[in-house]
Amino acid sequence: MTLMTKLSSAVAALALTAGAAVAEPALIFDLGGKFDKSFNEAAFNGAQRWATETGESFREIELQSEAQREQALRRFAENGNNPIVMTGFAFGNVLSEVAPDYPDTKFAIIDMVVDQPNVRSVVFNEHEGSYLVGMMAAMASESDTVGFIGGMDIPLIRKFACGYAQGVKAVNPDATVVSNMTGTTPAAWNDPVKGSELTKAQISQGADVVYAAAGGTGVGVLQTAADEGILSIGVDSNQNYMHPGQVLTSMMKRVDNAVYDAMMAGTELETGINVMGIANGGVSYAMDVHNAELVSAEMKAAVDEAADKIASGELEVHDYMSNDSCPALSF
Amino acid sequence: MDFLTLIQVLDSTVRLATPLLLACLAGLFSERAGIFDIGLEGKMLAAAFFSAAVASITGDVWMGLGAGILASIALSVVHGLASITFRGNQLISGVAINFLAAGLTVLIAQDWFSQGGRTPSLIGAGRFEPVILPGAETLAGVPLLGPIYSELISGHSILVYFGFLMVPLTWWLLYRTRFGLRLRAVGEAPEAVDTAGISVVGLRYMAVGICGILCGVAGAYLATALQAGFVKDMTAGRGFIALAALIFAKWRPWYALYACLLFGLLQAVALRYQNIDLGVFVVPVQVMDALPYILTVVILAGFVGKAIPPRAGGEPYVKER
Repeated sequence: MTLMTKLSSAVAALALTAGAAVAEPALIFDLGGKFDKSFNEAAFNGAQRWATETGESFREIELQSEAQREQALRRFAENGNNPIVMTGFAFGNVLSEVAPDYPDTKFAIIDMVVDQPNVRSVVFNEHEGSYLVGMMAAMASESDTVGFIGGMDIPLIRKFACGYAQGVKAVNPDATVVSNMTGTTPAAWNDPVKGSELTKAQISQGADVVYAAAGGTGVGVLQTAADEGILSIGVDSNQNYMHPGQVLTSMMKRVDNAVYDAMMAGTELETGINVMGIANGGVSYAMDVHNAELVSAEMKAAVDEAADKIASGELEVHDYMSNDSCPALSF
Repeated sequence: MDFLTLIQVLDSTVRLATPLLLACLAGLFSERAGIFDIGLEGKMLAAAFFSAAVASITGDVWMGLGAGILASIALSVVHGLASITFRGNQLISGVAINFLAAGLTVLIAQDWFSQGGRTPSLIGAGRFEPVILPGAETLAGVPLLGPIYSELISGHSILVYFGFLMVPLTWWLLYRTRFGLRLRAVGEAPEAVDTAGISVVGLRYMAVGICGILCGVAGAYLATALQAGFVKDMTAGRGFIALAALIFAKWRPWYALYACLLFGLLQAVALRYQNIDLGVFVVPVQVMDALPYILTVVILAGFVGKAIPPRAGGEPYVKER
């Protein structure tokens, strides 16, 4: 009997907490995991910043498998969480099915466009940020050969590669860009051993700066680059601190700002497509104490000038995803 | 392809084949004794985590290696208990170990280091450094043989040499010692071994234990020699490729070496050349990635010789009364 009472009071307590959770925003991390030192972690930092500034709390879940996508979305929507923010292109299909079922809930998806009246689609101009770090790579390179290592071979990652190659060629038209993808399955985001081997292969082809856009695989790339004494470029979050003095810069994608903005807007979230580029601080390159000695004033001036031109529209960087081709690099 | 590129690709082959080889030999001991083990992946992953974690805490890579081996043996004992003592289904136990390791490593890593399911980067004595063999630098200038010795043979981690030494050792142990004869017998006809008055359970536990040690070394090699730390799911399916190699090798040590080198070479070539242009058509990189599995299916289908697993494999031994 006592057990029964305990159980029912526990259920009641659960029901109460569930009730209290209404209208809290929710954040769903993609398969890379919350602390990938990169994309998802940036999203978490944005949400954390919102929580400390407003003193409110948010709900979150880390996905373990593809099958959980729809389940997690529906759980949060049924629970009354609003808005629901999700990181990653892979939510695209699921969200376009789920969103119409919950017309009063606002959704925000990062890295994908979902055409529904209650969805905000945040897309980044990664090609612009990659263009800037590509320029820096070309200026730092002494062998005139630079490398790119992507994670899973998807159009989004090719967009990174393409912007990077354009930046390299803008500085040095004769430079060679060696480009490799780690794989074609989601396992490619978490295979640092393969990242290391790819880096070694690129070094033996003459590369002395490598840019990793590969999630957890990038940890292996940066490590090997540091071991072998060449420069590397981090991605998404500021990764300069991982190997001080050996990471040239990081292409920062301000996912944190996107998440922060969405949560700040709350239920009043503006829907539609939200493009985050150089002009509105969506992408940038990272400068801090760890790479101050690697970046010369001359380099910085050139990159800042290009950034201004891109922001004003004077210089246009080709977007791979606009026509699935790249003028500066062949895949 | 010039000579130097060839050396580099082969060098990469050796690095990529070593974890496969160690895991493959681990599976060989276990399966030859009649215990199927699809938990190689999980054991490697657990060993990778514990070796990196202990190496980063103590700053001593040998302590890390020990911890990795212990973790892997612990999972082996779980597998042994489930499939030998309690006569459970060996495949299910293996799957459970894989899930357990995948979840547990990230959970413990997050609790210990709070770095999102990874260990801090290992530095200095926390990693296995490359071993430069004697005379490697003086011989480097010699044409042809020089680069082969100084680039390809020298300059690997000590665990690589251990892995390659394990091949003749395994062969000797299995085919030239009494223990080996009994181990093979227990996988073919355990009732005969039992009739001869030798403990089937004891032999099988020993085989599973050796499997644990080798998986432990394989995991430690990934986390402390190839990489400088643990990242979640860093084995990335290597345990399953090792299983494929084991079938490809028809459960024989020397063939296991060849199979692992072949699979390693396929990976190395795939990493070096994304798409291979044969002039007539282009071989996409995915084909190279899938080849190990395709080759295994071809072997299993009986096109190239026949792969016959140990006869008593997968079946728990029940003493007749």
